[in-house]
Amino acid sequence: MCASASSASLIRREAGPNGVTGTAPRVRERERAMDDPHAAAALLTAFRAGDPRALARAISRCESGRGAGLIHALYPLTGRAVTVGLTGPPGVGKSTLSSALVAHVRKLGKTVGVISVDPSSPFSHGALLGDRIRLAEHFVDPDVFIRSMASRGHLGGLAGATADAVSLMDAFGKDVVLVETVGVGQSEIEIAEVADTTLVALQPGSGDSVQVLKAGVLEIADVFVVNKSDHPMALQLQREIRSMMEMLVYDAWVPELVSTQALQGKGIDKLWDAIVAHDAWLRESGAIRAKRRAAFAHRVRQLALGTLDARIESVVAELGDDLDPYAAAEIVLERFGVRDGVGALGNVRAPGAVRAHVKGL
Amino acid sequence: MRVIVAKAGLDGHDRGAKVIARALRDAGMEVIYTGLFQTPEQIVQTAIQEDADGIGLSILSGAHMTLFPLVVEQLKAQDAGDIVFFGGGTIPADDAAELKRLGVRAIFTPGAPLSEIIAFVERECGKRRELVG
Repeated sequence: MCASASSASLIRREAGPNGVTGTAPRVRERERAMDDPHAAAALLTAFRAGDPRALARAISRCESGRGAGLIHALYPLTGRAVTVGLTGPPGVGKSTLSSALVAHVRKLGKTVGVISVDPSSPFSHGALLGDRIRLAEHFVDPDVFIRSMASRGHLGGLAGATADAVSLMDAFGKDVVLVETVGVGQSEIEIAEVADTTLVALQPGSGDSVQVLKAGVLEIADVFVVNKSDHPMALQLQREIRSMMEMLVYDAWVPELVSTQALQGKGIDKLWDAIVAHDAWLRESGAIRAKRRAAFAHRVRQLALGTLDARIESVVAELGDDLDPYAAAEIVLERFGVRDGVGALGNVRAPGAVRAHVKGL
Repeated sequence: MRVIVAKAGLDGHDRGAKVIARALRDAGMEVIYTGLFQTPEQIVQTAIQEDADGIGLSILSGAHMTLFPLVVEQLKAQDAGDIVFFGGGTIPADDAAELKRLGVRAIFTPGAPLSEIIAFVERECGKRRELVG
């Protein structure tokens, strides 16, 4: 097998619908093992009985593309939890904020699930998952379940199975599910689909606050969190955010701005109040239906495309070099019964509806 | 493959643990690093929630004969004995032998080649992953 770290690239990796699953020869045996109906039924029973190990194993199954049976059975139990996404640039204090939020929510007597997403190495496919560290005070609290997920090559800021993990924690009975991931630029906005309420955390004095303000990540915020409120430039950042907001016309919910000092636990109660306010507004106005429908559609597309992608790859592998890409694509499409020819170019589409547009446009 | 790399007790020397964590990541594994000052209970809860295949515990403070057995005990108490528990640090050969008798699957002392550690983890944790599914 692997004799040294540098020969890691010699190990073949096989992709399931949600991404990289593991060394190729083992995947098939594993699939055989867990598609045993007894094992699957036992897992479901343990899950329903509230065994955290069953939740952990269920998440792993979804990560390796074998979650269909579980989600079939458990999806009807989802929809109750308050789901929160927390994103922002590296170093802003997301994990510290998460820990403080969890502590606050626990004081209110609610149970919590936390998912921390970190990128996988595009070369080794491994990952160093260290966000959990800042949540250490909650490790032995039986009502807090923390799971680290590696992106496994998935684009958009999350892991392919993050939505499944949220559903599982919801079905498991967690009152609050918090998803934490790095979000910068235009493309790491998937978190807005996986959670009902999206928090975008920013920090003062990062020098390029104007750059950050231009990023697409800001358009997904339901709540802006200005962390490190004791920083001398904190007030200025708040003003910059408010003046940016004044340039936009919001269709419905106007984002709240909360100032926090997560290490000192300041402003966390106001942050929770803002989350609750947004969640209540979503449910009372009925806006939650459209939001969840858009998220559902995106998730279905992802699952279908993931499966198709693997099939397409095997068809493409059989094609010769003498074809141009468009002709080759037409052949591939015909294999799947699509005869209209090559149309739109594929893309990672932005989630859901645009929430705000610039005044005057 | 998912592996916990942990530091327990009052030991603040984390360089070795971080070297191992990075090496396992470069070998394609998902490594959950617990940070310093973990209790056996915290380590085992982390391993359960993360559905870890293995736990690697690093102890350079001399407290290994107390802490390693406590983790073994906690794994048994939580019915998580399937998780491959191994470790390293400044551990004399006699102590290492005793720890293996108590259920620690391997002890890698300073100087152990990374390739050997990675091979062990891939083999043993791989078996656990296959078993559990």
